[in-house]
Amino acid sequence: MSLTITLATTRRILAQLRHDRRTLGMLIGVPSLLMVLLRYVLNQPGVFDRFGPILLGVFPFIVMFIVTSVGTLRERTSGTLERLMTTPLGKLDLLLGYALAFGITALVQAAVVGTIALTWLGLDLQGPTWTLFLVTLLDAWLGMALGLFASAFARTEFQAVQFMPAFALPQLLLAGLFVPREQMSTALRWAADVMPLSYAVEAMQELTRHGGVTDTLARDVAVIAGCALLALILGAATLRRRTA
Amino acid sequence: MMSYAVETDGLRVVRGGREVVHGFTFSVPRGSVVGLLGPSGCGKTTLMRAVVGVQIIAGGTVTVLGHPAGDRALRRRVGYATQNPAVYADLSVRENLRYFASVLGARRGDAERVIDEVGLADARDQAASSLSGGQLHRASLAIALLGEPELLVLDEPTVGLDPVLRGELWELFNELAGRGVTLLISSHVMDEAARCERLLLMREGRLLADDTPDALRAATGTQDLEEAFLHVIQEQEAVA
Ligand SMILES: Nc1ncnc2c1ncn2[C@@H]1O[C@H](COP(=O)(O)OP(=O)(O)O)[C@@H](O)[C@H]1O
Ligand SMILES: [Mg+2]
Repeated sequence: MSLTITLATTRRILAQLRHDRRTLGMLIGVPSLLMVLLRYVLNQPGVFDRFGPILLGVFPFIVMFIVTSVGTLRERTSGTLERLMTTPLGKLDLLLGYALAFGITALVQAAVVGTIALTWLGLDLQGPTWTLFLVTLLDAWLGMALGLFASAFARTEFQAVQFMPAFALPQLLLAGLFVPREQMSTALRWAADVMPLSYAVEAMQELTRHGGVTDTLARDVAVIAGCALLALILGAATLRRRTA
Repeated sequence: MMSYAVETDGLRVVRGGREVVHGFTFSVPRGSVVGLLGPSGCGKTTLMRAVVGVQIIAGGTVTVLGHPAGDRALRRRVGYATQNPAVYADLSVRENLRYFASVLGARRGDAERVIDEVGLADARDQAASSLSGGQLHRASLAIALLGEPELLVLDEPTVGLDPVLRGELWELFNELAGRGVTLLISSHVMDEAARCERLLLMREGRLLADDTPDALRAATGTQDLEEAFLHVIQEQEAVA
């Protein structure tokens, strides 16, 4: 592992994003717009307080999942990954390079969307603001790690994009988006309990409802971090120096 | 100091459930320009991937600069240009080279040096996606030149280039060889063969001949290397 190579990789990925103005604009603009839309569709501050945080927790996951799965698929198919594998770059350099670049992106996204939600849209945040950023960051890394893993099973960018609904939508349904988890049947409840996104949503709800760092929030953060790490290890296993 | 930059012994590779390289044994002397020639699909890319250590092999050994292929010690000493240009399309030529230069730990200014060497000075700030096919190939080649590697493995580096550019690149290759760099260059066009010091003729995953262009011409009694190649194939088929 080398810090120089990791940081060079982060810089390279950020430069790629910077050149792609439209993607960058959408990364920030689309969640902001959806948040505003949600607020006025629900049109009741109380209800918005319940759904707003879910969206805040889910955006970074979805966005980073797509960006990473398509990005790494491109590295695999364009030959740049093969080329990097003949250089001193370690797998960890690549993974950390991605994590840093997308972590920064997710924080910028959260700062903009969070500010809009908390000020203009009047979302009530009881917990400390830094917890919002912490959970956002972990959600982004979870999405990134799963996207990296998923990209190993995609041959084309069409397939990679389709993995997003396949990975994210079932989790969203189970995470209490429409029906609170407590009201689900035992089997669904059980499924919801093993889905990492459930904890992301719960963490967001927790920090809008309660001041300070509650036990539930602390547990949620630990679960998301653990899942992100696990997914990253799985993703790392799909990066091979030698291929058939 | 060992005399071979690359040595393979009984190299076998299976791809897609089929053996595509069947017991390949050859060596590349240090400081030479060796051409790997053969029709499309004969296994040139596979062989080169084995040399740079990214190909899973089914048997045999590949030794590069005294180490097993793909060894950690080789990662700064071997430059590889893949057949399809491997660059980041959304980055400029300069950004691409700066990134790979950092990864390789090349000294500052190396990016600019190789941009000049492949003649891309005018396009250095252009996004790779906007380059012409030939420029893209040269950008990809430039990455392989970073950090002054001792061995260059170049997979069809001159394909799609006009004769003038091709000539310039061959001058660069010879100049590099003059500095002691070893070059293994693949091609499926025979008119490039004459520019190499040694030729490896390959067909269907087998080595047909390993000789100098002159010796090949003499052995087959023709002046034209393309004809010489056909001659070798006919001989082999007569034996089989
Ligand atoms: N990824 C792959 N999976 C399965 N078979 C492959 C793959 N790549 C190449 N092959 C097969 O291996 C053989 C050699 O291919 P290659 O090394 O690319 O030849 P060349 O570079 O000489 O054109 C061909 O028969 C090709 O179809
Ligand atoms: Mg090839």
